[in-house]
Amino acid sequence: MLGTALIVFREVLEASLIVGIVGAATRGIAGRGRWIAIGLALGIVGSLVVAASAGAIAGLAEGMGQELFNASILGLAVVMLAWHNIWMSVHGRELAADAEKVGGAIRDGTKALSVLAVVVLIAVLREGSETVLFLYGIAISGESSPASMAIGGLVGLAGGISVGWLLFAGLLRIPLKWFFSATSVLVLLLAAGLASQAARLLIQANVIPSFASPVWDTSSIVSNSSLAGKALQGLVGYDAQPAAMQVAFFVTVAAVIVAGMYWARRRSHSSP
Amino acid sequence: MPRLALAALAFATTAAFAADPPQFSLTIEGHKFTPDRIEVPAGQKVKFVIENRDDTAEEFDSGDLRTEKVIPPKTKGTVYIGPLKPGEYKFIGEFHAQTAHGVVVAK
Repeated sequence: MLGTALIVFREVLEASLIVGIVGAATRGIAGRGRWIAIGLALGIVGSLVVAASAGAIAGLAEGMGQELFNASILGLAVVMLAWHNIWMSVHGRELAADAEKVGGAIRDGTKALSVLAVVVLIAVLREGSETVLFLYGIAISGESSPASMAIGGLVGLAGGISVGWLLFAGLLRIPLKWFFSATSVLVLLLAAGLASQAARLLIQANVIPSFASPVWDTSSIVSNSSLAGKALQGLVGYDAQPAAMQVAFFVTVAAVIVAGMYWARRRSHSSP
Repeated sequence: MPRLALAALAFATTAAFAADPPQFSLTIEGHKFTPDRIEVPAGQKVKFVIENRDDTAEEFDSGDLRTEKVIPPKTKGTVYIGPLKPGEYKFIGEFHAQTAHGVVVAK
Protein backbone atom coordinates (compact mmCIF):
# COMPACT_ATOMS: atom_id res chain seq x y z
CA MET A 1 0.00 0.00 0.00
CA LEU A 2 2.82 2.36 0.94
CA GLY A 3 4.64 1.46 -2.28
CA THR A 4 1.53 2.24 -4.31
CA ALA A 5 1.05 5.55 -2.50
CA LEU A 6 4.67 6.57 -3.10
CA ILE A 7 4.66 5.80 -6.81
CA VAL A 8 1.31 7.49 -7.40
CA PHE A 9 2.57 10.49 -5.40
CA ARG A 10 5.70 10.78 -7.54
CA GLU A 11 3.74 10.54 -10.76
CA VAL A 12 1.06 13.01 -9.65
CA LEU A 13 3.60 15.49 -8.23
CA GLU A 14 4.96 16.79 -11.53
CA ALA A 15 1.55 17.22 -13.09
CA SER A 16 0.26 18.86 -9.94
CA LEU A 17 3.07 21.44 -9.84
CA ILE A 18 2.36 22.38 -13.45
CA VAL A 19 -1.37 22.74 -12.76
CA GLY A 20 -0.51 24.89 -9.71
CA ILE A 21 1.54 27.26 -11.85
CA VAL A 22 -1.10 27.39 -14.57
CA GLY A 23 -3.81 28.05 -11.98
CA ALA A 24 -1.84 30.99 -10.60
CA ALA A 25 -0.80 32.33 -14.00
CA THR A 26 -4.43 32.60 -15.11
CA ARG A 27 -5.47 34.66 -12.10
CA GLY A 28 -8.00 37.28 -13.02
CA ILE A 29 -9.14 35.69 -16.26
CA ALA A 30 -12.86 34.87 -16.27
CA GLY A 31 -13.77 31.18 -16.50
CA ARG A 32 -10.32 29.81 -15.65
CA GLY A 33 -11.71 27.19 -13.26
CA ARG A 34 -13.83 25.68 -16.00
CA TRP A 35 -10.96 25.56 -18.50
CA ILE A 36 -8.57 23.98 -16.01
CA ALA A 37 -11.26 21.41 -15.14
CA ILE A 38 -11.66 20.63 -18.86
CA GLY A 39 -7.90 20.16 -19.16
CA LEU A 40 -7.85 17.83 -16.14
CA ALA A 41 -10.82 15.78 -17.34
CA LEU A 42 -9.44 15.36 -20.86
CA GLY A 43 -6.03 14.52 -19.38
CA ILE A 44 -7.52 11.71 -17.28
CA VAL A 45 -9.51 10.32 -20.21
CA GLY A 46 -6.41 10.64 -22.40
CA SER A 47 -4.31 8.77 -19.80
CA LEU A 48 -6.70 5.81 -19.98
CA VAL A 49 -6.61 5.85 -23.78
CA VAL A 50 -2.80 6.12 -23.93
CA ALA A 51 -2.38 3.39 -21.29
CA ALA A 52 -4.73 1.09 -23.21
CA SER A 53 -2.80 1.67 -26.42
CA ALA A 54 0.67 1.64 -24.80
CA GLY A 55 1.60 -1.52 -26.69
CA ALA A 56 0.59 -0.03 -30.03
CA ILE A 57 2.34 3.31 -29.36
CA ALA A 58 5.53 1.58 -28.16
CA GLY A 59 5.66 -0.44 -31.38
CA LEU A 60 5.56 2.65 -33.62
CA ALA A 61 8.68 4.19 -35.18
CA GLU A 62 10.74 1.03 -34.75
CA GLY A 63 10.15 0.83 -31.02
CA MET A 64 10.69 4.53 -30.41
CA GLY A 65 7.00 5.48 -30.56
CA GLN A 66 6.80 6.22 -26.84
CA GLU A 67 9.74 8.65 -26.86
CA LEU A 68 8.56 10.40 -30.02
CA PHE A 69 5.00 10.64 -28.72
CA ASN A 70 6.12 12.06 -25.37
CA ALA A 71 8.61 14.45 -26.97
CA SER A 72 5.87 15.71 -29.32
CA ILE A 73 3.37 16.42 -26.58
CA LEU A 74 6.08 18.13 -24.54
CA GLY A 75 6.93 20.22 -27.62
CA LEU A 76 3.28 21.20 -27.92
CA ALA A 77 3.21 22.21 -24.24
CA VAL A 78 6.33 24.35 -24.78
CA VAL A 79 4.65 26.19 -27.68
CA MET A 80 1.49 26.78 -25.63
CA LEU A 81 3.41 28.12 -22.62
CA ALA A 82 5.51 30.35 -24.88
CA TRP A 83 2.38 31.75 -26.48
CA HIS A 84 0.84 32.37 -23.06
CA ASN A 85 3.88 34.26 -21.78
CA ILE A 86 4.04 36.45 -24.87
CA TRP A 87 0.33 37.18 -24.57
CA MET A 88 0.75 37.98 -20.87
CA SER A 89 3.57 40.41 -21.57
CA VAL A 90 0.95 42.60 -23.22
CA HIS A 91 -2.08 41.83 -21.03
CA GLY A 92 -0.45 41.25 -17.64
CA ARG A 93 -0.66 44.85 -16.49
CA GLU A 94 -4.26 45.05 -17.57
CA LEU A 95 -4.97 41.91 -15.54
CA ALA A 96 -3.16 43.21 -12.48
CA ALA A 97 -5.21 46.41 -12.65
CA ASP A 98 -8.46 44.49 -13.07
CA ALA A 99 -7.73 41.94 -10.38
CA GLU A 100 -7.56 44.73 -7.84
CA LYS A 101 -11.24 45.41 -8.35
CA VAL A 102 -13.42 43.00 -6.43
CA GLY A 103 -14.26 40.03 -8.63
CA GLY A 104 -12.65 41.79 -11.54
CA ALA A 105 -11.79 39.53 -14.40
CA ILE A 106 -11.05 40.32 -17.99
CA ARG A 107 -13.32 38.74 -20.53
CA ASP A 108 -10.93 38.56 -23.43
CA GLY A 109 -9.00 35.62 -22.02
CA THR A 110 -10.61 32.62 -23.69
CA LYS A 111 -7.71 32.03 -26.04
CA ALA A 112 -5.16 32.20 -23.22
CA LEU A 113 -7.25 29.80 -21.16
CA SER A 114 -7.77 27.26 -23.92
CA VAL A 115 -4.03 27.26 -24.54
CA LEU A 116 -3.28 26.58 -20.89
CA ALA A 117 -6.01 23.94 -20.70
CA VAL A 118 -3.96 22.06 -23.30
CA VAL A 119 -0.90 22.37 -21.05
CA VAL A 120 -2.89 20.93 -18.12
CA LEU A 121 -4.12 18.13 -20.37
CA ILE A 122 -0.56 17.28 -21.42
CA ALA A 123 0.78 17.41 -17.86
CA VAL A 124 -1.88 14.97 -16.67
CA LEU A 125 -1.62 12.76 -19.75
CA ARG A 126 2.12 12.27 -19.48
CA GLU A 127 2.21 11.12 -15.87
CA GLY A 128 -1.33 9.74 -15.78
CA SER A 129 -0.84 7.06 -18.41
CA GLU A 130 2.12 5.65 -16.45
CA THR A 131 0.08 5.66 -13.24
CA VAL A 132 -2.74 3.79 -14.98
CA LEU A 133 -0.32 1.13 -16.30
CA PHE A 134 1.24 0.74 -12.87
CA LEU A 135 -2.09 0.38 -11.06
CA TYR A 136 -3.43 -1.94 -13.74
CA GLY A 137 -0.34 -4.14 -13.31
CA ILE A 138 -0.91 -4.42 -9.57
CA ALA A 139 -4.59 -5.08 -10.08
CA ILE A 140 -4.17 -8.00 -12.47
CA SER A 141 -1.19 -9.56 -10.70
CA GLY A 142 -3.11 -9.69 -7.43
CA GLU A 143 -0.02 -8.61 -5.48
CA SER A 144 -2.15 -6.56 -3.15
CA SER A 145 -5.83 -6.43 -2.31
CA PRO A 146 -8.04 -4.01 -4.24
CA ALA A 147 -8.77 -2.11 -1.03
CA SER A 148 -5.12 -1.62 -0.15
CA MET A 149 -4.39 -0.57 -3.73
CA ALA A 150 -7.26 1.91 -3.74
CA ILE A 151 -6.19 3.42 -0.41
CA GLY A 152 -2.56 3.64 -1.52
CA GLY A 153 -3.59 5.24 -4.81
CA LEU A 154 -5.83 7.79 -3.10
CA VAL A 155 -3.21 8.69 -0.48
CA GLY A 156 -0.62 9.23 -3.24
CA LEU A 157 -3.08 11.25 -5.30
CA ALA A 158 -4.06 13.43 -2.34
CA GLY A 159 -0.41 13.98 -1.43
CA GLY A 160 0.53 14.99 -4.98
CA ILE A 161 -2.43 17.35 -5.30
CA SER A 162 -1.65 18.96 -1.94
CA VAL A 163 1.85 19.93 -3.05
CA GLY A 164 0.49 21.55 -6.22
CA TRP A 165 -2.14 23.33 -4.13
CA LEU A 166 0.52 24.63 -1.72
CA LEU A 167 2.48 26.03 -4.66
CA PHE A 168 -0.69 27.65 -6.04
CA ALA A 169 -1.66 29.13 -2.66
CA GLY A 170 1.90 30.32 -2.07
CA LEU A 171 2.03 32.06 -5.43
CA LEU A 172 -1.25 33.86 -4.75
CA ARG A 173 0.36 35.49 -1.71
CA ILE A 174 2.80 37.35 -3.92
CA PRO A 175 1.75 41.05 -4.03
CA LEU A 176 -0.09 41.95 -7.21
CA LYS A 177 2.60 44.39 -8.26
CA TRP A 178 5.04 41.54 -8.80
CA PHE A 179 2.57 38.73 -9.27
CA PHE A 180 2.48 38.53 -13.05
CA SER A 181 6.23 39.03 -13.35
CA ALA A 182 6.73 36.13 -10.94
CA THR A 183 4.34 33.80 -12.74
CA SER A 184 5.82 34.66 -16.13
CA VAL A 185 9.30 33.77 -14.88
CA LEU A 186 7.89 30.45 -13.62
CA VAL A 187 6.12 29.77 -16.91
CA LEU A 188 9.31 30.65 -18.81
CA LEU A 189 11.39 28.21 -16.73
CA LEU A 190 8.68 25.57 -17.01
CA ALA A 191 8.64 25.85 -20.83
CA ALA A 192 12.44 25.75 -21.09
CA GLY A 193 12.55 22.80 -18.67
CA LEU A 194 9.99 20.84 -20.68
CA ALA A 195 12.06 21.50 -23.82
CA SER A 196 15.09 20.04 -22.06
CA GLN A 197 13.07 16.96 -21.07
CA ALA A 198 11.93 16.56 -24.68
CA ALA A 199 15.59 16.71 -25.76
CA ARG A 200 16.44 13.95 -23.27
CA LEU A 201 13.72 11.71 -24.74
CA LEU A 202 15.00 12.33 -28.27
CA ILE A 203 18.53 11.47 -27.12
CA GLN A 204 17.21 8.30 -25.47
CA ALA A 205 15.57 7.40 -28.81
CA ASN A 206 18.84 8.17 -30.66
CA VAL A 207 17.05 10.74 -32.83
CA ILE A 208 19.41 13.59 -31.92
CA PRO A 209 23.01 13.44 -30.64
CA SER A 210 23.70 14.31 -27.01
CA PHE A 211 27.01 16.16 -27.67
CA ALA A 212 28.99 16.60 -24.46
CA SER A 213 27.33 14.48 -21.80
CA PRO A 214 27.09 15.20 -18.96
CA VAL A 215 27.94 18.92 -19.01
CA TRP A 216 27.96 18.94 -15.23
CA ASP A 217 27.16 16.52 -12.42
CA THR A 218 25.25 17.73 -9.38
CA SER A 219 23.84 14.31 -8.44
CA SER A 220 25.74 14.41 -5.14
CA ILE A 221 23.75 17.54 -4.20
CA VAL A 222 20.28 16.76 -5.64
CA SER A 223 19.98 13.45 -7.48
CA ASN A 224 17.44 12.85 -10.23
CA SER A 225 15.75 10.06 -8.31
CA SER A 226 15.24 12.05 -5.09
CA LEU A 227 11.90 13.72 -4.43
CA ALA A 228 13.52 17.17 -4.55
CA GLY A 229 15.10 16.25 -7.88
CA LYS A 230 11.76 15.08 -9.21
CA ALA A 231 10.00 18.26 -8.06
CA LEU A 232 12.72 20.48 -9.54
CA GLN A 233 12.53 18.51 -12.75
CA GLY A 234 8.81 19.21 -12.94
CA LEU A 235 9.27 22.92 -12.23
CA VAL A 236 12.41 23.91 -14.15
CA GLY A 237 13.53 20.75 -15.95
CA TYR A 238 16.30 20.07 -13.43
CA ASP A 239 18.71 17.33 -14.48
CA ALA A 240 21.69 16.40 -12.30
CA GLN A 241 23.69 15.29 -15.36
CA PRO A 242 22.38 17.10 -18.41
CA ALA A 243 23.66 16.60 -21.93
CA ALA A 244 24.86 19.68 -23.84
CA MET A 245 21.92 19.20 -26.21
CA GLN A 246 19.47 19.57 -23.30
CA VAL A 247 21.15 22.78 -22.18
CA ALA A 248 20.96 24.06 -25.76
CA PHE A 249 17.22 23.31 -25.93
CA PHE A 250 16.66 25.03 -22.57
CA VAL A 251 18.60 28.18 -23.50
CA THR A 252 17.08 28.42 -26.99
CA VAL A 253 13.49 28.16 -25.78
CA ALA A 254 14.10 30.65 -22.95
CA ALA A 255 15.73 33.12 -25.36
CA VAL A 256 12.95 32.80 -27.95
CA ILE A 257 10.25 33.43 -25.33
CA VAL A 258 12.05 36.46 -23.87
CA ALA A 259 12.55 37.88 -27.38
CA GLY A 260 8.86 37.25 -28.18
CA MET A 261 7.77 39.03 -25.00
CA TYR A 262 9.84 42.12 -25.82
CA TRP A 263 8.65 42.13 -29.40
CA ALA A 264 4.97 41.85 -28.40
CA ARG A 265 5.26 44.59 -25.80
CA ARG A 266 6.95 46.90 -28.25
CA ARG A 267 4.37 46.29 -30.93
CA SER A 268 1.51 46.98 -28.51
CA HIS A 269 3.16 50.28 -27.50
CA SER A 270 3.67 51.51 -31.06
CA SER A 271 0.11 50.68 -32.18
CA PRO A 272 -2.25 51.72 -29.38
CA MET B 1 35.17 24.95 -50.31
CA PRO B 2 33.29 26.03 -47.16
CA ARG B 3 30.29 24.16 -48.50
CA LEU B 4 32.40 21.06 -49.04
CA ALA B 5 33.79 21.32 -45.52
CA LEU B 6 30.28 21.70 -44.17
CA ALA B 7 29.10 18.65 -46.13
CA ALA B 8 32.06 16.66 -44.81
CA LEU B 9 31.27 17.75 -41.27
CA ALA B 10 27.60 16.89 -41.70
CA PHE B 11 28.57 13.48 -43.05
CA ALA B 12 31.03 12.86 -40.24
CA THR B 13 28.52 13.74 -37.51
CA THR B 14 25.71 11.73 -39.15
CA ALA B 15 28.02 8.75 -39.57
CA ALA B 16 29.22 8.97 -35.98
CA PHE B 17 25.71 9.15 -34.73
CA ALA B 18 24.01 6.72 -37.08
CA ALA B 19 26.49 3.92 -36.42
CA ASP B 20 24.56 1.49 -34.23
CA PRO B 21 26.20 1.41 -30.79
CA PRO B 22 27.07 -1.83 -28.97
CA GLN B 23 23.93 -3.69 -27.99
CA PHE B 24 23.04 -5.37 -24.68
CA SER B 25 20.01 -7.53 -23.98
CA LEU B 26 18.06 -7.73 -20.76
CA THR B 27 15.05 -9.79 -19.83
CA ILE B 28 12.33 -9.06 -17.31
CA GLU B 29 10.70 -12.20 -15.95
CA GLY B 30 8.90 -12.65 -12.64
CA HIS B 31 9.52 -8.89 -12.09
CA LYS B 32 13.29 -9.39 -12.06
CA PHE B 33 16.01 -8.34 -14.48
CA THR B 34 18.38 -10.87 -16.04
CA PRO B 35 21.24 -10.10 -16.01
CA ASP B 36 21.04 -7.69 -13.10
CA ARG B 37 24.62 -6.54 -13.58
CA ILE B 38 25.72 -5.35 -17.01
CA GLU B 39 29.19 -4.18 -17.93
CA VAL B 40 29.28 -1.60 -20.71
CA PRO B 41 32.11 0.40 -22.27
CA ALA B 42 32.46 3.91 -20.82
CA GLY B 43 32.59 6.98 -23.05
CA GLN B 44 30.27 5.77 -25.78
CA LYS B 45 26.58 5.39 -26.37
CA VAL B 46 25.18 1.89 -25.82
CA LYS B 47 21.89 0.29 -26.81
CA PHE B 48 19.76 -1.74 -24.41
CA VAL B 49 17.08 -4.06 -25.70
CA ILE B 50 14.81 -5.02 -22.80
CA GLU B 51 12.36 -7.86 -23.22
CA ASN B 52 9.41 -7.93 -20.84
CA ARG B 53 8.14 -11.52 -20.57
CA ASP B 54 5.71 -10.71 -17.76
CA ASP B 55 1.97 -10.18 -18.09
CA THR B 56 2.20 -6.66 -16.71
CA ALA B 57 3.88 -3.50 -17.93
CA GLU B 58 7.21 -2.51 -16.41
CA GLU B 59 9.00 0.82 -16.37
CA PHE B 60 12.74 0.68 -16.87
CA ASP B 61 13.71 3.62 -14.71
CA SER B 62 17.01 5.06 -13.66
CA GLY B 63 17.74 8.48 -12.24
CA ASP B 64 21.44 7.67 -12.55
CA LEU B 65 21.12 6.85 -16.24
CA ARG B 66 18.46 9.53 -16.84
CA THR B 67 16.26 6.97 -18.52
CA GLU B 68 12.59 6.15 -18.18
CA LYS B 69 10.78 3.80 -20.49
CA VAL B 70 7.55 1.89 -20.12
CA ILE B 71 7.75 -1.61 -21.58
CA PRO B 72 4.30 -3.10 -22.16
CA PRO B 73 3.78 -6.80 -21.34
CA LYS B 74 5.24 -9.35 -23.78
CA THR B 75 7.13 -6.74 -25.78
CA LYS B 76 10.68 -5.52 -26.25
CA GLY B 77 11.78 -1.96 -25.56
CA THR B 78 14.91 -0.22 -26.77
CA VAL B 79 16.73 2.60 -24.99
CA TYR B 80 19.97 4.34 -25.84
CA ILE B 81 22.16 5.14 -22.86
CA GLY B 82 25.24 7.27 -22.30
CA PRO B 83 27.99 8.05 -23.12
CA LEU B 84 28.72 7.22 -19.47
CA LYS B 85 31.65 8.09 -17.26
CA PRO B 86 33.22 5.02 -15.59
CA GLY B 87 31.16 4.07 -12.55
CA GLU B 88 28.10 2.22 -11.32
CA TYR B 89 24.59 3.21 -12.31
CA LYS B 90 21.56 1.70 -10.59
CA PHE B 91 18.32 1.00 -12.36
CA ILE B 92 14.94 -0.37 -11.24
CA GLY B 93 11.70 -1.60 -12.67
CA GLU B 94 9.65 1.18 -11.14
CA PHE B 95 6.41 -0.78 -11.16
CA HIS B 96 8.01 -3.60 -9.12
CA ALA B 97 10.81 -1.80 -7.34
CA GLN B 98 11.07 -4.39 -4.56
CA THR B 99 12.24 -7.19 -6.84
CA ALA B 100 13.26 -5.54 -10.10
CA HIS B 101 16.61 -3.85 -9.80
CA GLY B 102 20.07 -4.00 -11.28
CA VAL B 103 23.22 -2.07 -11.97
CA VAL B 104 25.07 -0.93 -15.08
CA VAL B 105 28.84 -0.86 -14.68
CA ALA B 106 30.65 1.43 -17.12
CA LYS B 107 34.35 0.67 -17.57
